[in-house]
Amino acid sequence: MKLRDTLHLSLHTVASYRTRSLLIVLAIALGVAAVLVLTALGDGARRYVVGKFSSIGTNLIVVLPGRAETAGGFPGAVLAQTPRDLTLEDARFLGYLPQVKRYAPLNIGVAELVAASRLREVTVLGSTADLLPIRHMNLAQGSFLAQGAEHSAQMVLGAKLAQEFFPHGNVIGQRVRLGDRRFLVSGVLTTQGESMGFNSDELVIIPIDYAQALFNTSSLFRILVEARSRSDITSAKEAIRDILKRRHDGEDDITVITQDAVLATFDRILRALTLGVAGIATISLAVAGILVMNVMLVAVSQRTSEIGLLKAIGAPSADIRLLFFAEALWLSLAGAVIGFTLGQFGSLLIRLAYPQLPAWPPTWASIAGVTIAFVTGILASLLPAARAARLDPVKALGGK
Amino acid sequence: MGDQEVHALSEINLEIASGEYVSIMGPSGSGKTTLLNVIGLLDRPDSGRYELDGRDVTDLSETEQARVRREKIGFVFQSFHLVPRLTAAENVELPLMLAGIAPAERRARVDEALLGFDLRDRAQHRPAELSGGQRQRVAIARATILRPTALLADEPTGNLDHRIGAEVMALLEGLHHTGTTLILVTHDRELGARAHRHIAMRDGEIVADEK
Repeated sequence: MKLRDTLHLSLHTVASYRTRSLLIVLAIALGVAAVLVLTALGDGARRYVVGKFSSIGTNLIVVLPGRAETAGGFPGAVLAQTPRDLTLEDARFLGYLPQVKRYAPLNIGVAELVAASRLREVTVLGSTADLLPIRHMNLAQGSFLAQGAEHSAQMVLGAKLAQEFFPHGNVIGQRVRLGDRRFLVSGVLTTQGESMGFNSDELVIIPIDYAQALFNTSSLFRILVEARSRSDITSAKEAIRDILKRRHDGEDDITVITQDAVLATFDRILRALTLGVAGIATISLAVAGILVMNVMLVAVSQRTSEIGLLKAIGAPSADIRLLFFAEALWLSLAGAVIGFTLGQFGSLLIRLAYPQLPAWPPTWASIAGVTIAFVTGILASLLPAARAARLDPVKALGGK
Repeated sequence: MGDQEVHALSEINLEIASGEYVSIMGPSGSGKTTLLNVIGLLDRPDSGRYELDGRDVTDLSETEQARVRREKIGFVFQSFHLVPRLTAAENVELPLMLAGIAPAERRARVDEALLGFDLRDRAQHRPAELSGGQRQRVAIARATILRPTALLADEPTGNLDHRIGAEVMALLEGLHHTGTTLILVTHDRELGARAHRHIAMRDGEIVADEK
């Protein structure tokens, strides 16, 4: 029997047993769709988190005071150490490092903002002009804190605050009061939404000197450092640690976090999660495979006399095995195609429902889903096909 | 499938010449169908030899036997054994398909066969839409489409009424006249008597063989 005829005849058979075929196709399709949708969710979450992390800056290094590390040794041996504060002077020294492109010292606190006869508590960020490029912030209007103008009483408002205090626009140049000091609004940030716990839309940014005066402190909350390039991050981290240790009397009392490391960790965790859900979805494909096997075994016993007839008119066992094999192939093909479409459609629905979540099924998951559908379908047909081929024609013909 | 070994056939010594018209008769369980299955290579004898067209086919491989069956033997069954989801034309086409003949030639030969068996206007009907006589005609068309040397008919009129049965017999005998060996298994005496050679069986043995 020619391959073309085998494929054609088996397709004819598959099309004839509509309910049975639909059932199998549905089972396979749901399995494939599950793989696609679940990995789309997992990978979407990964991309979302990684994207959020990347959006806060490029080649970012965060320096914070204190040592966030558990020391070894027996209990009680660890001496309680008072971390030295990070100072503006420390930050300035970091700026001299060759690997550092720019840096921004950071102070944070809460103060009362009074303007246009409105009053509310706001989160205040004290920093320098370089904060804007380091944190990838954008201005909607006006200008940011001017370079080297740490001593001018300027203020940049978050988008929502600007809208709240000055609903009629005309924000730039307005006089406002923050705590007990007067400021001049120089710019408004664009709407950015929440990122890493900060809602920059409800933020007020003022020069670092004013922030330190306002909160009566000389220590810094963080220093944000941007390395010159990705390859400079590691050496920059070492240099920062080195220089601050020297400035802090040989005491290694700071913590340096690189965005890269955090990113890599999240990436790894969420990739593992995606693989995990893909594995779970694959189980449904295996279940589909068992269903396929069952239904095909029933089909073989239902078509016993037909198989006998085929043998009587000269079909060798190999042809009969191939016929059943081809049926499984068609069913798997239909299941894979429909499942793929269904999965893509489901992912689309997720993306429509949660626009922030880039829920695209990863290519490897699509390939794996379709491949596993084929493999299970064909594996599941092995036993029924062999049973059909082995049928004794005399008994098969007499069976009816 | 009991514990006891049952001899469906024993001591069979039979030679059928090419072009003969033979009837095999006997009560149920006499082994006539088994004999027909051995002749048609559907069943293998546990011992003994079977030569077909001067060739020993007893120990051929399964694939080889299927090939011989396809080329030299045509089966006609009491219950027709048509594939229910295929049309009359497609049923007739099956052996050609199994033989790997190209679609264009298949079509021509199926058309010719359907015409010969007066089934042209039924070509696109499924077995369920055909009368018993038509179904058996489709089955005969299928059995003869590859021009086998021997046509084996097991109670071909068993499921048909008398008039239609006679028509089918006439058709089979017409094929015999064109040179095909016709072997007919039946328990109908009247039908069996029409053959030129009568073999009677009982308990797996040939008890009479008359010309």
